Amino acid sequence: MEHLIIAPILIPAFAGMLLLLEVRERQPLRRFTGMLSVLALLPVAWLLYQQAAGGEIQVYRLGDWAAPFGIVLVLDKLSALMVLLCTVLAVPALLYACRADDKRGANFHALFQLQLMGINGAFLTGDLFNLFVFFEVLLIASYGLALHGRGPARVRAGIHYVVLNLIGSALFLVALGLVYGTTGTLNMADFAVKVNQLDGGALELARVAGLLMWVVFGLKAALFPLYFWLPATYANATAGVAALFAIMTKVGVYAVARVYGLAFEQGALAGLGRDALWIMALLTLLLASIGVLGARRLGEMVAYTVVMSVGTLMAGLAWSSPESFGAMLYYLIHTTLVSGGLFLLADLVARGRGKLGDQLVAGPAPAGRAGLGLLFFIGAVAVIGLPPLSGFMGKVALLQTVPAPLYWLFLLGGGLLALVGLSRAGSTLFWRATGDGAERRLDRPRLLATVLLLAAAPVLSIWAEPVLEATVAVAAQWAQPQLYIDAVLGGGA
Amino acid sequence: MEAMVAVMIAVLVGTGVYLVLRARTFPVILGITLLSYGVNLFVFISGRLALDQPPIAGAGPSTDPLPQALVLTAIVIGFAMTAFLVVLALRGQGETGTDHVDGQRDDGGEA
Repeated sequence: MEHLIIAPILIPAFAGMLLLLEVRERQPLRRFTGMLSVLALLPVAWLLYQQAAGGEIQVYRLGDWAAPFGIVLVLDKLSALMVLLCTVLAVPALLYACRADDKRGANFHALFQLQLMGINGAFLTGDLFNLFVFFEVLLIASYGLALHGRGPARVRAGIHYVVLNLIGSALFLVALGLVYGTTGTLNMADFAVKVNQLDGGALELARVAGLLMWVVFGLKAALFPLYFWLPATYANATAGVAALFAIMTKVGVYAVARVYGLAFEQGALAGLGRDALWIMALLTLLLASIGVLGARRLGEMVAYTVVMSVGTLMAGLAWSSPESFGAMLYYLIHTTLVSGGLFLLADLVARGRGKLGDQLVAGPAPAGRAGLGLLFFIGAVAVIGLPPLSGFMGKVALLQTVPAPLYWLFLLGGGLLALVGLSRAGSTLFWRATGDGAERRLDRPRLLATVLLLAAAPVLSIWAEPVLEATVAVAAQWAQPQLYIDAVLGGGA
Repeated sequence: MEAMVAVMIAVLVGTGVYLVLRARTFPVILGITLLSYGVNLFVFISGRLALDQPPIAGAGPSTDPLPQALVLTAIVIGFAMTAFLVVLALRGQGETGTDHVDGQRDDGGEA
């Protein structure tokens, strides 16, 4: 079982390469391979989570080179949880895309698998340069996926997305150069130790490196002022892709949590960038809720709720107590799955309304209006954070653990604005509808995928206590970086 | 030597940033390319400057081989990304009929 850690990277990598070899465009074979891969990932991710839940941090040394010389993969509770979440999200997203969207361009399935490989790799790696490489893997796959299906709107949004991320990668490389130049290591655990042994100019350079990494991770997470690319990119992406992208911003949140928790939580650079993160998170929350109000399309509105969730999460992270981190993780699970489901729902609505698509103007009612309306209601209640669904539980947990009135104001005020925006959208789409839409029947597998993701809201509310206990346990381990450092460096030293 | 390398990187990054801020896709691509040259050089010298030394650790005076390996990875990735961006820019030109980065016509209207 020692080698199981690398399976979440290898399974999609192999599946992706096999899919590239399949050049005769046999769609059923491609769908089968893709689904097989994500379904195989499910038990693997679950087993890994069980292993990590035992409390031991597993270190997998690639090529058996001792850390810090070789690259290591590290499985602790946090990375296991993120891999599991990514897999759970990927299954319905792929199921949805398999209905027809994957035919609109070559190599959709290969790109989807490589995207999963990049995301899982970013969660598992214990090496900063390796993190950069996995970022690039997931980014280049996401470029292909974001543009999948063509159309001028996608290309326009795509150019911004690609250029911004290329600049982000350049900044990340500068940060890595500084990290290596000052500490002589790129291993995260070793960096966390060495950074405390620096002084004078070298320490200041390491500070610059840390702040540059904040900028890069903030761009990935879509934090103010670096979120402007997100609504256009996500709202224009194919539905299944947009649903998968719901976890992409969380890769940025994870990267901040990982590097911050290890290197900047205590020691010479304790609290680096924390105040800025706090302010940026609150501003993100505010501006994204205004964005929800101003959105002219349902997809765009959902994209703004993703940005809102990033603000909520980052503020919980910037507070950086183990309790607030545990509450934040619960909210992270909730928001990833529910916003993924809402992206799928937006596409279902758009399909039923013919030319109008998901624009928020009164028009023909989509097929299965009652069912879709109910789903929208559940998703909206969850994402706004009204009782009794998971968003409410997450927000209560966050409000309890982050005792800052300013945060309460922004979180509740943002929730109110989102409530107004989403109610207006729902009543326009479902109540003020005139006549019947283009498609007569709802596609069942698409509906199933949407229901599966939105079901996360009631499931997470009913089993709120065990889930919160689990995330608090993750947070407790995260708050003790020494465990991680000992696990990585102990074996080799 | 240090000063020369530093000035070189500064010029590359400076011109790169200037070009990235242009409104047409072609200068932006050139800017990204220059920026990545500057960054690659920066990563390359993060193992310190040493002239005429073999990149083998351990045997006497040497240059640090690790940044060379890192920069090789960065060059490959940067090259692939630039190629992708060129194709994307051409697609944008074809689909929106303009090479403006926002896909707008010069009078500001939607293309």
